Amino acid sequence: MSLVSINGLHKRFGTHHVLKGIDLRVKEGQVTAVIGRSGSGKSTLLRSINGLESFDEGSLDVDGVRITVGQTDLRQLRLKVGMVFQQFNLYPHLTAGQNVMLAPTVVKKTGKQQAEALARDALAKVGLADRFDSFPDQMSGGQQQRVAIARALAMQPKILLCDEITSALDPELVNEVLAVVRKLAEDGMTLIMVTHEMRFAREVGDQLVFMHQGKIHEQGDPKTLFAAPSTPELASFISSVS
Amino acid sequence: MAYTFDFSSIWEYREYLYNGVIGTLRLTLVGTVLGVAIGILGAISRAWKLPVLFPVYTVYVELIRNTPFIVQLFFVFFGLPSLGIHLSEWQAATIAMVLNLGAYSTEIIRAGVESVPKGHIEAASALAMSRFQIFRCVILRQALLKMWPALSSQIVIVMLGSSVCSQISAEELTFGAGFITSRNFRSFEVYFVVTIMYFLLAVGVRRALGLFGRYVLARRAT
Amino acid sequence: MSDFSLWDIIRNLLLAGRWTVLLSLIAFVCGGLVGIAILMMRTSSARLLRQFAVMYIELFQGTPLLMQLFLLFFGLSLTGMQVSPWLAASVALTLFTSAYLAEIWRGCVEAIPRGQWEASASTAMTYMEQMRHVILPQALRIAVAPTVGFSVQVVKATAVTSIIGFVELTKAGSMISNATFAPFTVYGLIALMYFCLCFPLSLYARRLERKINVSR
Repeated sequence: MSLVSINGLHKRFGTHHVLKGIDLRVKEGQVTAVIGRSGSGKSTLLRSINGLESFDEGSLDVDGVRITVGQTDLRQLRLKVGMVFQQFNLYPHLTAGQNVMLAPTVVKKTGKQQAEALARDALAKVGLADRFDSFPDQMSGGQQQRVAIARALAMQPKILLCDEITSALDPELVNEVLAVVRKLAEDGMTLIMVTHEMRFAREVGDQLVFMHQGKIHEQGDPKTLFAAPSTPELASFISSVS
Repeated sequence: MAYTFDFSSIWEYREYLYNGVIGTLRLTLVGTVLGVAIGILGAISRAWKLPVLFPVYTVYVELIRNTPFIVQLFFVFFGLPSLGIHLSEWQAATIAMVLNLGAYSTEIIRAGVESVPKGHIEAASALAMSRFQIFRCVILRQALLKMWPALSSQIVIVMLGSSVCSQISAEELTFGAGFITSRNFRSFEVYFVVTIMYFLLAVGVRRALGLFGRYVLARRAT
Repeated sequence: MSDFSLWDIIRNLLLAGRWTVLLSLIAFVCGGLVGIAILMMRTSSARLLRQFAVMYIELFQGTPLLMQLFLLFFGLSLTGMQVSPWLAASVALTLFTSAYLAEIWRGCVEAIPRGQWEASASTAMTYMEQMRHVILPQALRIAVAPTVGFSVQVVKATAVTSIIGFVELTKAGSMISNATFAPFTVYGLIALMYFCLCFPLSLYARRLERKINVSR
């Protein structure tokens, strides 16, 4: 039984046909790495899963919540799906702890003390327990991204979407973030990640999805696909990023 | 007591409105041309801190921007005669408009001048152009082009502000309206129509300035 | 010549200046409250409310303040109400201020990066929750400088109300100028007094603007 089920998804931006019929299944606890050139539609696909992008055809099922075309009530969906962004998007006027606590208190109406304990726990899980009272501008990029992960985790989502979460980081900070994600994967979190980190995708991913011109061009086990791509497009993509 | 609106009585006095529009546009045109000229000189003076001109312009700009236009107008029309300078209504209104727009233009164009990339200026210096030449050919065009939207907004604001010139009996739209109301006693109707006229004038002037910016300032040398 | 001393003139001007300050405060505070309502309408998802707000703002920004004042003054009189210059001036300036503040604040809200909207939306927050906890707190910080800057325009705008007979600084000055036959001195003093009210506000606004730009 798939946790996420995407069927025949189409998306157009004006005349530009960005997603040309996507069918994808993600099982619980599975780590799915989505790769592809810029413009292939991978970010759009990811953002469709939590409703940041609407779609024009097809359907989306996430843990029993069904989203059809034109649906505007996305609250149930977003309670199950968390997201971490390339630009972190932390709230600059709140401390790390407050960033993490905000959604539970406001959306789930969790009590202040309980939310604080939850936040400390989440920050500890990403290795930033001592940064509860720090503001985003007092932290490095890697630390900010880890707070962003904690913020998403605090809502206890079933699935975590990661949209190129290390692309905006200086190289030496990438590993601390990937280490956190690796731990999440080992603990059984369902992850869908758009990434350029090929080594990570190969080592940690259970499922690789290669997107090309709005379609899933190849899909399967990462180790197999990297070693022996079936299509020239994937082959040239792999060689261009290695 | 029910009030019946009567807009028809305005039609017979329409020439006063027509003359008023002409008057407002004249004031605005002269105010704009001379005001921007003052503004360009002021922008250089402030940006390059030219001796004498810099402090003069600084005081001038702050005085104008921190006092109401109507007070500036009254000062020019009622106050200057004490010094022996007697001005007609038209002259006083024009001078007040010019001084007002001149101060705001100075700051707006100065922002444009200061935003021209240093590289352009250095390149021109390397070609042995004089400071004045550099300003005229390299900086001014770019500065005006960049600040044209802000400058256009200010011109429209000053045009709308010209309505206050009616208080010294200058021949513009509000004065014309006042004349009509003293004849037909239909204050609300007259000012309602005149307000719409000002609104349309503002739209028209904004569009005209936009076209000017696009086809004159942004014109590429062929 | 005149049998009024300079001190007489200054004293009377200062007394009238109180009304300028009071009217400015009323216009600013009430205008701010109405401005928030207009802002909510301007950014609402209901098309009718949005269009009303757009027209409201365009009306007050695209017509002379004097015309707004006259329309209100003569318009309200038509309903049979006793309209004092105070009432007309306060209402007209309040509406005028509300339109400009709504636009200024809308600019501040739109300056908040889209990522903030997306991040808060991703955690299932509603529009109101996003505004209240994420967007408005940040927008408020950016809004202080231009709002203080606009307060200068409000003070200057009060001078126009002298035309409908509201006795504030400019009106008192006109009357004193006629009585003393010393227009140069009187209008000079009036200008100076407005300057003393506005210049500190202008400087403060500029300082706030610099502070915001530095922290970016």
